[in-house]
This record gives sequence, structure tokens and C-alpha cells, in this order.
Amino acid sequence: MPSRDHAAQQQAVARTVRRTLLALVAMLGFAFALVPLYDVFCNLTGLNGKAASQAKAAVAMEIDESRWVSVRFITQQGQGLPWTLEALDEQFRIHPGGQYSARFVFTNHADYPVRGRAVPSVSPAEGSLHLRKIMCFCFQEQTLAAGERRELPLVFQVDPDLPEGIRDLTLAYTLYPVMTPSSAGDDGAENSAGGET
Amino acid sequence: MASEQPRKAVLQASESEGATAGGAHVGEGHGSAPRGMLRWLLTTNHKDIGTLYLIFSLSMLFIGGIMALVIRTELFQPGLQMVQPEFFNQMTTMHGLIMVFGAIMPAFTGLANWMIPLQIGAPDMALPRLNNFSFWLLPVAFLLLLSTLLMEGGGPNFGWTFYAPLSTTYAPPSTSFFIFSLHIAGISSILGAINIIATILNLRAPGMRLMDMPLFVWTWLITAFLLIAVMPVLAGAITMMLFDINFGTSYFNAAGGGDPVLFQHLFWFFGHPEVYIMILPAFGIVSAIVPTFSRKRLFGYASMVYATGSIAIMSFLVWAHHMFAVGLPLVAELFFMYTTMLIAVPTGVKVFNWIATMFRGSISFEPPMLFAIAFIVQFTIGGFSGLMLAIAPADFQYHDTYFVVAHFHYVLVPGALFAILAGAYYWLPKWTGFYPHEGLSKWHFWLSVIGVNLTFFPMHFSGLAGMPRRIPDYALQFADFNMLSSIGAFLFGISQLLFLVVIVKCARGGVRAPACAWEGAVDLEWSVPSPAPLHTFEIPPQTRDGQIIR
Repeated sequence: MPSRDHAAQQQAVARTVRRTLLALVAMLGFAFALVPLYDVFCNLTGLNGKAASQAKAAVAMEIDESRWVSVRFITQQGQGLPWTLEALDEQFRIHPGGQYSARFVFTNHADYPVRGRAVPSVSPAEGSLHLRKIMCFCFQEQTLAAGERRELPLVFQVDPDLPEGIRDLTLAYTLYPVMTPSSAGDDGAENSAGGET
Repeated sequence: MASEQPRKAVLQASESEGATAGGAHVGEGHGSAPRGMLRWLLTTNHKDIGTLYLIFSLSMLFIGGIMALVIRTELFQPGLQMVQPEFFNQMTTMHGLIMVFGAIMPAFTGLANWMIPLQIGAPDMALPRLNNFSFWLLPVAFLLLLSTLLMEGGGPNFGWTFYAPLSTTYAPPSTSFFIFSLHIAGISSILGAINIIATILNLRAPGMRLMDMPLFVWTWLITAFLLIAVMPVLAGAITMMLFDINFGTSYFNAAGGGDPVLFQHLFWFFGHPEVYIMILPAFGIVSAIVPTFSRKRLFGYASMVYATGSIAIMSFLVWAHHMFAVGLPLVAELFFMYTTMLIAVPTGVKVFNWIATMFRGSISFEPPMLFAIAFIVQFTIGGFSGLMLAIAPADFQYHDTYFVVAHFHYVLVPGALFAILAGAYYWLPKWTGFYPHEGLSKWHFWLSVIGVNLTFFPMHFSGLAGMPRRIPDYALQFADFNMLSSIGAFLFGISQLLFLVVIVKCARGGVRAPACAWEGAVDLEWSVPSPAPLHTFEIPPQTRDGQIIR
């Protein structure tokens, strides 16, 4: 009799182990699923302040002349890129609905061509859903020749349905080097030279 | 009530060497146990493995403690005296990692291995060989982790929370080894958790319902489920780090379209349940000790179980309170603030139940009870500072200051560690057959209480005054508080050597303990002889309401 009990018990143990292993695998899958879920969640809610990475068509919007929003541009140096990025227009006072253009200057301080990219972030994060970028240097990677100085525009609109509480929008651009081998397609030789720094 | 003679017909000829002689017992049908090193390497006995876990955890406590003393020596006065800032950062990181993953968690697993089969009337853990494997993974993991200190570029230096991109883009080259060691330690905890769940759900003595189980078993069952749920998330997050570092992915790299904040979400989705993994078994230990030395039944057993369950469930809904300063929208700040404060309710239920258990009890103050009472008082202090930190607008001031350091050390050192010490004093008679030396134990207790409070209480003030954590040097106005903290840390650290002396003395001899070593103890472990023979409950006892009936 004890042996039959023992066998039944071993079976029950095996069942518990199978179930916990299943739960383990499910949770591991959940951890990796969180990465795309997080992106979807952020795209819908704008929670991480990531602005859309593609150009939007300019639309004629009603300009809300009664309301002022101040838009500020800040730029940050990323590590490993011998560039500077300057916002020529540091601050705008705008009406929601209007179309505005800000000028930015990229300078490559290295004596060789370098490929890089400016990655945007909007603060407060909720504002990112109401910012329409019609043209932005941040949509593509840039390659600057040795010592090149290049002026690039940002054309944007702010939706009139921007939440009432938001009076200031800050657009931050951080410079990052582009070093992935896959991006070396068009001008690979000079790029890899720059990537070594 | 348990009587003083063994209820099972397990004959123990010689108690002091009973463990090694135990191989001759009938029933299991195997020959005599191997001796010497091989016995410990190959053992599948839950008591041996429990002992291994506890010894491992104690040695990690001392290694992590030495690192803490390096930190406190540097912070004794302002300026850089002892170590370079790079090494200081490695010390804060390694101290945290070793104490969390090497000292506290294995100590609870060790106690679980020793006590859960005894408390539910099972002959051993459900998966004894897996048990051996999950223990021996640990020394491997921590040797690997400690070896990173000797590698070029030094060990991990980004804090125990290893936030990306500090731990990816800016990390030392040894970070991949750190990730592997954490993988191994994580697998060890997961296997331990599977084993504990399988044991508790399937190996209970006939007649023992779930609601008859001692609370230590209950809290560990819930802890094991937490481990199953969140260790894979940690494994996932560090695997993504590994990919970011070595294979050019951009999970956490903003330059490639990733998001470093995602790392914090993943980490704290693991990390907050993790802090309950380190405290729920402590609740179980205290819930065993307080009724014993109050000579009363535990007040509100069922509410204790439900409170533990609700704390576990709610631990999944509060993670972002670690990230109030990261730039969350207002709605999220409010949500996480309220859920965090809500956790104080079940925790309060527990604290009040312990107090109600002591109320009008016939209390005696043996060392386990002293540590348990100190746990209740000091853990509550840590709980209150936790409530202060939960207030999102106030947290912007407290964030990353020594106030946070004071908070989590209060819940982990005079909280979790004191509960482990209480459990060790409580069960040492069962493990060795002798009572721990009472005088030395009380010296250990009082020096620890004074040391721990002298160390961590001033940190509240230096933190509120604005001293940031994880810095090797600080402004002059924090000098007095830091000097007090450093003196306290050395007092606390040195007094733990007393604990070592107590254990060694207790293993060698002393006042002999009967089967039921404490007057008010009622759980099943007190029905087997002291010291517990190698094999117990080979024939499952019949129980009713958690007590043996024949």
C-alpha cells in the first residue's frame, strides 16, 4: 500500500512541476513581450515622450490666437560623436495650429566624415501626441563631411487640442553616433573610418 | 500541545553524531551515507542541504558585510581617504548584490529546506536531487560574481539595480560575467521555488489542510509563487542587457530606438516583488516565534494568510513607485502612490496581529523572542519611512538620498536579517540538539540592536538633509551623521562575530534540548527528537488541525 501511495504522490509532484515550468516559460515570454507592448502602450499614450519618427503632412488647422505656448529646444551631446548641435532659435512663443520653422546647425569637428543621428524627446510626455513634425532632421541619419557645418530645419505644428494644462513644450535632441554595419550600405568606407572613434 | 518525548519511533542512539549515523535507518533502502566532503557534495537530504544553504548564506553575509565596512570606512569623514571612487562604486554594487542574492535569499531557502518538511510532516523535499543541484549552483554563481572584482576594468559598478545605460553602454567589460552569475543564481532560486511548491502542495501529512499549515510554510508557498512569477522577468531583462552589450541590439539604447526607461520598468517589475520575496518568509518566522513565547495561539491566523496573499498580489501593482522621478505622467504617479499606500493595510494587519498575540500573553524573552520583537518594532519603522517615500510629491526630495538607504536597510537588516537570526536561534536546538548559549546570545542581540540603529537611524537625517546615495565623498554638513553611522556599522559588524561564536559553541555542545525545545511551541517540528535525525517522518503522521493524532 505505501508504494501505491508513493506512486500517486510522485505523479502529483510531476504534475505540479509541469505546471510551474509552464508558468515559468509563460513569464519569460511575458518579459520579452513587454518590450513591444511597452512601445505600443507608449505610442498610444505618448508616455515616454517619443515623438513620431515619420513626417506628417501639414494640415490646415484653426489657429488658436487666444493661446500662447512656449516651445523650447535643447540639444545634448551624445558620447562618441565629434559633433555639436545648436538650436539657432532657442525658444518660440507660438499659437497652437500655426506652422513654424526652427533652424538647427550641425557641425562635424572631426577631420573625417562621420555618420550620426539626433534622437528626439518631448517633455511633458503627453505633449508628444499633439506635436506634428512636418519636416525634421531627426527622421534620418546624417553624414557630415570633415569639418562640415550644415543648417537643417525643423517644421512643426502644435495641435490646438493640446491639453489646457500644457503651457510649455520642450523638445530635446540628443546626438548619437551611427555605427551599425547595416547602415554602412551607401557610404560604408568613410563611415567605418568614422565609427572607430 | 507537543509532549517532550518523540512521538515517532525514530530511535536515536547517539544524538550528537546522529546525523552521520542516520544512513542506517530502515525504509529508504540505501546503504550508509558517504562521509567527508563527498557527503555534502552528493547529499539529497533536506536537512544537509538546508545546513549548506545556511552556511553559504552566513559566509556571504560576512563577505557583503566586509564590503559594507569598506563603504563605511570611506564615509567615516568627508574627503577621499581609503579607496578610489571607482572601487567605492564596485563596493556599493557588490554589497547590494551579495546581500540580496547571496545572503538573505539563500538564508530563507535554507530555512525552508530544513523546516518545511518538518513542519508539514514530510520525509524530505519533493525533488531531492534537484535540491542538491539548486544549492550547488549558488557557490558557482557567487564565485563568478566575486571574480569580476579581479578582472580588468573591475567588477560591476553601476549599483545593485544595474540601470541601463550605466550597465550597458558605460559598463565595465566584466558585465557579461555579472549577467551570467545572476542567471545562475536566478536558476538556483527558481529551482528552489519549484521544489518548495511541489513539496508543500503534495507532501503534506495526511489530514493537514492548507489552512492547518504553519505560517512559515504559508509565507514560503506564496514567496515561491512570487519567485516563479518574477525571476523569469529578471532573466529576460539581463538577457536583453547581454544582447545590447554583445550583439548590438537596442532594447535599452536610445540611439537605436530603444528606451532606458523600459529597463527600469522591467527591473522593478521584478524588483518590487523581489523585496517581498525577502520579507514574506520573515513574516512567517516571526509568526511562529511570537505565539510560542507568548504561550498563546497566533491571533488571526486566517487574516495572516490572506494578508500575505494580498501583499503578494499587490506587489505587482506598485513597481513604478521606484521611478517617481523618471518623468511619469501625473496619472501614473497617483496610481502608484495609492497602490503603494494600500499595501500598508495588509502589512498593518500583520503587525497588529503580532501585537494582539502578545497582548496578555505569558511572555518570556529568550533570544528568538528578543529578535522577533525587535523585528516587529524596527520593521515598522522601515514601513513608515516607506509610506513617506510612497508620497509621490515628497519622493522628489527623498529620491536617491540616504533616506532611501535608511528605509530599505531598516526593512532588510533589522527586518529580514533579524527575522533570520530569530529563526536561527529558535531552531538551533532542533538542528544541533543544544540550546544556544543564552548569555552570549543576549549580548549578540543587544549589540546588534544598538549597532544597527546607530548605523541606520542617522541616515534618515542625512538623507532628509540632502545627502545623495552611492557617493564616496560628501559635503561637510553631513559629517557628524556619517561618523555615527560608521561607528554603528563597525559595532554591528563586529557583533555578528559573536553570532558565529554562538553557532560554533551550540554545534559543539551546551545545555541539551528536549524534542520540544520551547515551552509554548506546537508545530510538528517539535515532535521529532532534538537534534532532528537525518530521516524524519518516513511514515507520514496522521494529523488533525495541524497536530499529530497518532
